[in-house]
Amino acid sequence: MNIPAELKYTKSHEWIRREDDGTVTIGITDHAQEALGDIVFLDLPEAGRVVAAGEECAVVESVKAASDIYAPVAGEIVAANDEALDAPESVNADAYANWLFKLKPANAADVDALLDAAAYAEVAAD
Amino acid sequence: MARVTPLHAVHVAAGARMVDFAGWDMPVNYGSQIEEHHAVRSDAGMFDVSHMLALDLTGADATPFLRTLLANDVAKLTVPGKALYSCMLNAEGGVIDDLIVYYFAADHFRIVVNAGTADKDVAWMRKQIARIGANVTLDAHRDLAMIAVQGPNARTKTWHAIPGSESASAGLKPFFAAQVGDMLIARTGYTGEDGFEITLPASQAADLWNALAAAGVAPCGLGARDTLRLEAGMNLYGQDMDDATSPLNAGLSWTVDMKDIDRNFIGRAALETHPASQKMVGLVLLERGVLRAHQTVFTDAGEGETTSGTFSPTLQQAIAFARLPLDVAEGSTVEVDIRGKRLKARTVKLPFVRNGQALI
Repeated sequence: MNIPAELKYTKSHEWIRREDDGTVTIGITDHAQEALGDIVFLDLPEAGRVVAAGEECAVVESVKAASDIYAPVAGEIVAANDEALDAPESVNADAYANWLFKLKPANAADVDALLDAAAYAEVAAD
Repeated sequence: MARVTPLHAVHVAAGARMVDFAGWDMPVNYGSQIEEHHAVRSDAGMFDVSHMLALDLTGADATPFLRTLLANDVAKLTVPGKALYSCMLNAEGGVIDDLIVYYFAADHFRIVVNAGTADKDVAWMRKQIARIGANVTLDAHRDLAMIAVQGPNARTKTWHAIPGSESASAGLKPFFAAQVGDMLIARTGYTGEDGFEITLPASQAADLWNALAAAGVAPCGLGARDTLRLEAGMNLYGQDMDDATSPLNAGLSWTVDMKDIDRNFIGRAALETHPASQKMVGLVLLERGVLRAHQTVFTDAGEGETTSGTFSPTLQQAIAFARLPLDVAEGSTVEVDIRGKRLKARTVKLPFVRNGQALI
């Protein structure tokens, strides 16, 4: 299973990467894209939207099903990946390169509390 | 514990993603569902459909019994090998199952029913045999496998894979079957493409599967089977109709044969009392999103509901079946509630795709 060690994770199969500017970049894990199958549609949040931790803020739809994507921590959306919007299948091709949205956390320490790669590997193995 | 088909080990060895389907552990895809879908539309793909149940009905009363049991009329079948699609209704006119019946002789028919309904179907058939006192014997075959080979090149590739099969099956018209050695080769399917459905002894299934793969037929899972049948405008039992649905409201009026006024098939009286109150139409989404089952549809004539929906790999847009008020005209713009947003869709005549060509 492809679970990069430098990223943080959630039980709901999002990955989170800390950026130098204090924002975080969010996508779905390789395990999640594999389980969803061919991804055909993304609905991503608009910049400026303020979200609570655990709030539904994006949708990934495969040929099989729709899957909600949750904000891993509270904060403000600062960007959505328009390129992925136009090519949803790119998330299947590389789930870590093709992120969904960026968020500025309300509290940077919240990110530390997310799962590390080892803990997520256990979640994904279930 | 899930049931498995004679091809289960072949699927697992091929790296198929397996899922539970009606109590059976079945392949949903072998990698990409969309690639499998395109393989069937443009070349040839194969599906393990051994979870479906084949039954043989034999005996002096076989024809009159089926004329009572089924909403379509097997009296239309007079040539050996000819197949007929029909609903089997309950007394209230609801659909117990949809099935294919093959005529071998007036006293011998083959019936193929859905996997999820097989036990219920057999119990219902036996109950009706006893009630009517029909002189027939019903034998369920769990010793058979079924492989559907579908696509514009499906027949040619099947002939490569099964030596000697071309002479016996090249002349088959759609909806006819021929016995070729131990195999029953039928020119039928569930994809809207040309092809065969091959029934054969379970012990020979893996060899045929491997021979078809060697002939260039792509293994396809239930995922592609669903998007293909949706594009082809074909109902899925349990999704688009069930025990509580009249075939007249599920786009299946063409399969209900009322012509012989003396043929009192089960459910006929209920259908005559309750004519169609809704109609099944196709929907094409005009905005970004994906249509799914059980979304509310708002029309000028009232509300309806989608019964199946997906992203169509051929059309590259979202499509659905919807049960709508009778007054909704073809080509109308309607609104569908998708995850709390109302998005515009257009009503179209089914099917969406046939023989590789978009029809909308």
